[in-house]
Amino acid sequence: MGKVKRAKQWCFFMLRVMESRQHGIAPFLLGVPCFLLIEEMGEGVCMKLSCVIRKQQYQFGSIREVLAKASEEKSGDQMSKLSANSALERMAAKVVLSEMMLSDIYENPVIPYEKDEVTRVIYEDINLSVYNEIKGWTIGELREYILSFSSGMPELTRISRGLTSEMISAVAKLMSSIDLVLASQKMRHQAYCNTLIGEPGRLAFRCQPNHPIDDPEGIMASIKEGLSYGSGDAVIGINPNNDSVESVTKLLKMTHDFMQHWQIPTQNCVLAHISTQVQALRGGAPISLLFQSLAGSQKANDAFGVNKEILDEAMELMLRYGTASGPNVMYFETGQGSEVSLDSHEGVDMQTLESRTYGFCRHWKPFMVNNVSGFIGPETLYDGRQMIRADLEDLFMGKLHGLPMGIAPTYTNHMYADQNDQEIAGMLTALGGANFYMGVPGGDDVMLSYQDTSYHDDASLRELLGFRPLREFEKWLEKMEIMENGRLTERAGDLSIFD
Amino acid sequence: MKQVNLDHLVQRVIEELSKKNEHLESIHFPEDKQAGVPKPHNPEVLERAMRRTPARIGIGRAGTRMKTTSYLQFRIDQAAAHDAVMNTIDPSLIEDLGLPVLHSRASDMQEYLMNLDSGRFLSEDSVRWLEKHGEKNKDVQIIISDGLSTSACEATIPDLLPALLQGLALKKIQVAKPIFIHRGRVWVQDHVASIVKCKVVISLIGERPGLATAESLSAYMIYKPDHHTVESDRTVISNIHRGGTPPIEAGAYLADVLEEILRFQASGVKYAQLRAK
Repeated sequence: MGKVKRAKQWCFFMLRVMESRQHGIAPFLLGVPCFLLIEEMGEGVCMKLSCVIRKQQYQFGSIREVLAKASEEKSGDQMSKLSANSALERMAAKVVLSEMMLSDIYENPVIPYEKDEVTRVIYEDINLSVYNEIKGWTIGELREYILSFSSGMPELTRISRGLTSEMISAVAKLMSSIDLVLASQKMRHQAYCNTLIGEPGRLAFRCQPNHPIDDPEGIMASIKEGLSYGSGDAVIGINPNNDSVESVTKLLKMTHDFMQHWQIPTQNCVLAHISTQVQALRGGAPISLLFQSLAGSQKANDAFGVNKEILDEAMELMLRYGTASGPNVMYFETGQGSEVSLDSHEGVDMQTLESRTYGFCRHWKPFMVNNVSGFIGPETLYDGRQMIRADLEDLFMGKLHGLPMGIAPTYTNHMYADQNDQEIAGMLTALGGANFYMGVPGGDDVMLSYQDTSYHDDASLRELLGFRPLREFEKWLEKMEIMENGRLTERAGDLSIFD
Repeated sequence: MKQVNLDHLVQRVIEELSKKNEHLESIHFPEDKQAGVPKPHNPEVLERAMRRTPARIGIGRAGTRMKTTSYLQFRIDQAAAHDAVMNTIDPSLIEDLGLPVLHSRASDMQEYLMNLDSGRFLSEDSVRWLEKHGEKNKDVQIIISDGLSTSACEATIPDLLPALLQGLALKKIQVAKPIFIHRGRVWVQDHVASIVKCKVVISLIGERPGLATAESLSAYMIYKPDHHTVESDRTVISNIHRGGTPPIEAGAYLADVLEEILRFQASGVKYAQLRAK
C-alpha cells in the first residue's frame, strides 16, 4: 500500500512540476512506470521537498531547510536567516514535514555524522530494532501515534529508543500547545541520585541561592529561606561568581556540611565549568551532582569547552568519588538559542539544535536536565509568546528523549516579556508534568541578573496541582514542621528556624 | 437660555481637580526590602540574614504568594531594569575620561539587540580611525563599552578605569590608549585585537540589568584572539558594582589577572588550569 501511495504522490508531484515549470523532462519521467522509478532512484530522491498550497508552489532544498521553516516564529532563527519568509511558507514546510518518513530524516542528519560529535552520539545510542519497526511512518503518523489513547508511557518510551533527535524536533513542529502539554503529561521519567525524582504526583525544586560575590553567609541565608518554603529537594545548586577551584570547593563543603548537620535528603552542586568541578572533586570536594551546560552542535560544545571525552571521564570520576549513591549523577542545562549566540548553529534551527542537545544529554543518564530557554535575550526569543512556545516544545522533546526534564521559564530585562508570561509558562509546563523547577528568592537572581521561578512560585505550583515534594524530602519537611499533609505550615517561610 | 461653553466647563473642572490634588499627599512607595515574616523564630537572625544578601529573603507570604508590597516592588524593579536597557550614555562621562568614541555596526538599539553580528564588528569609519590612531603592539588594549547597561558604565568606569591603569603601570605593563565602543558586544574585542595587535585585550562591558542592580559591569579578557578562538578562551570577571566587587578593588584585581594571563600566555579555561597547577 505504501508503495502505491508513494507512486501516486510521485505522479502528482511530476504533474505539478510540469504545471509550474514546464520542465522538459517531466513528461518523459511520467511515462516511466512509477514502481520501477522508485526502486531505481532510492528513497532519498523520492522524498518530497515541495508542496502546493493555495495554488502557490513551495520548494525546499533540504530536510534541514524544511525543519527550519516549519518552526514556529522565533527571532533567533530569523537572525540566522533560516526561518520561513511568510506564514504560508511556514505552513508549506509543515505540510512537507508531515509527509516525510522517519527513514528520510534518519538518512539525512542535519549535521553530518562525520563532521559532528553530537550527531555521532545520537546515532550510536539509537536502538535499530525499534527504529526498523517504525522507520516507514511519516511524521504526521508519528504525531497521531503519540496522541492516541493507546500510546501511554511504555509505548512512548519504547519508540523513544528508535527516534533520532531530528525526528522528535520534527514531530513537535506539527504540534500545538495542547498537543505538547498532553503528550508531555503521558511521560514521566525517573532518576535517582540521593533522592528519587520524577515520581507521579511529586514536584521538586532546585534551591538556587546565588550571591553577587559568593558571600558564604549570604548564600546560606538564601538556602535556609528556600528550604523553609519546601524548595531544594532536586538540588541545592549555587551558580558561583568566582569560578576558581578553591572557591568552588569551599561552597561544596559548606553545602555538604549543612546537609549533613540537618540530615537533608537532597543533592549539592556548584555550577562551575565541568573542568573546575572535576579538579575540585579530585581534590576531595564533596559533590553529589556534577553540572554542565550543553548544546546541540559540536562547534557550540567546543565553545563551552566540553566534549564526549570530558563528560565520560567526569562521570566516571563522579561514580567513583562523588558522595551520591547514583546511578544518575549528572545535571545538564540547555536552552534554545545558545548555538545561535555562539555562532555555531550550522544552518540548523534553534528547536532542532535543542532536540539534538537532548539526544546528546541522554548518553550520560542525567538526574536532571534543566531547560533555560529565555535566558539569552530577545535576539533568540523575542517575547513572552516565543518563550512560552519554546518551553512547551522543550519539555515535550526532552521527555520523548526519555529525560527527567525540568523547566526554568525565564526572561531577561532586555526581552519583551514579563512576570505574567513567565507564570503562564510555569503553570503550563507543570501541567505537562515537568519534574522540577528552580527556586530563586523572590524570583530575582541577584548574581545572574534574570528572573526565574521563585520559592513562592514553587510552593504555589504544588498547591495548584496538588503535588507533593520528593518522598524522602517531604518526610524531612514534616520532621522540621515546615509541611503538614502536603501544605506549608505557619512555620514555613521563616529562615530563622535553622538557627 | 445661555449656551454652555463645554470647553470652558471642562477646563474649570480640571482646574478644580488639580487644586484638590495639591492637598493630597502622594504615595512614597518603600524601596527597601520589607520584612514580612509575622512571628519569626529568631528576629535578630532574620534581620541579619536580610542585610547579608541583596536577595529577596525574609519577605514573608500571603498563602503561597508574595505579599502585595514585595510583589509591587519586584514589578517596579523589573520595569526600571527594562527601561534602563533603552537609555543612552551620558556623553560628558566619556569626554571627562578623554576616551575616543568608536562605533559598532549597530545603527540603533533595536539592531543591536536583534542582530548580534552588528555589535561584534567595528563600523568602517571606526576601523579606519583605529588603524590610523590606535596604539599598536602593546601588552594590553582596554575597551570600554556601554553594552546593555549605560548605568553600569556611568557608575563603575570613573573609579574602575584609573584603578586598572594604575595597577598595570605599577607592574610595568605596556597599555595602549583605552577606547570606548558604542553598542559593542564582547566579540568586538577580537576585531579590535586584530587591528592593534595587542597581546591581551580586555573589555569592560555593561551587563544586562538585573533587578537588584542595573549597574553591574563585566570584564572579558582574551590572549591573542584569532579565528580559532572559542568562548571558553575568555576569562570573565563579572558583577563589578557597588553591591558586588567594588570598582576600585576590581581595578587592582583585574591588573593582577592580566599580569598572570601575560605570564601564562593563555586565557579562559587554559589559564584557569595553568593557574590551578
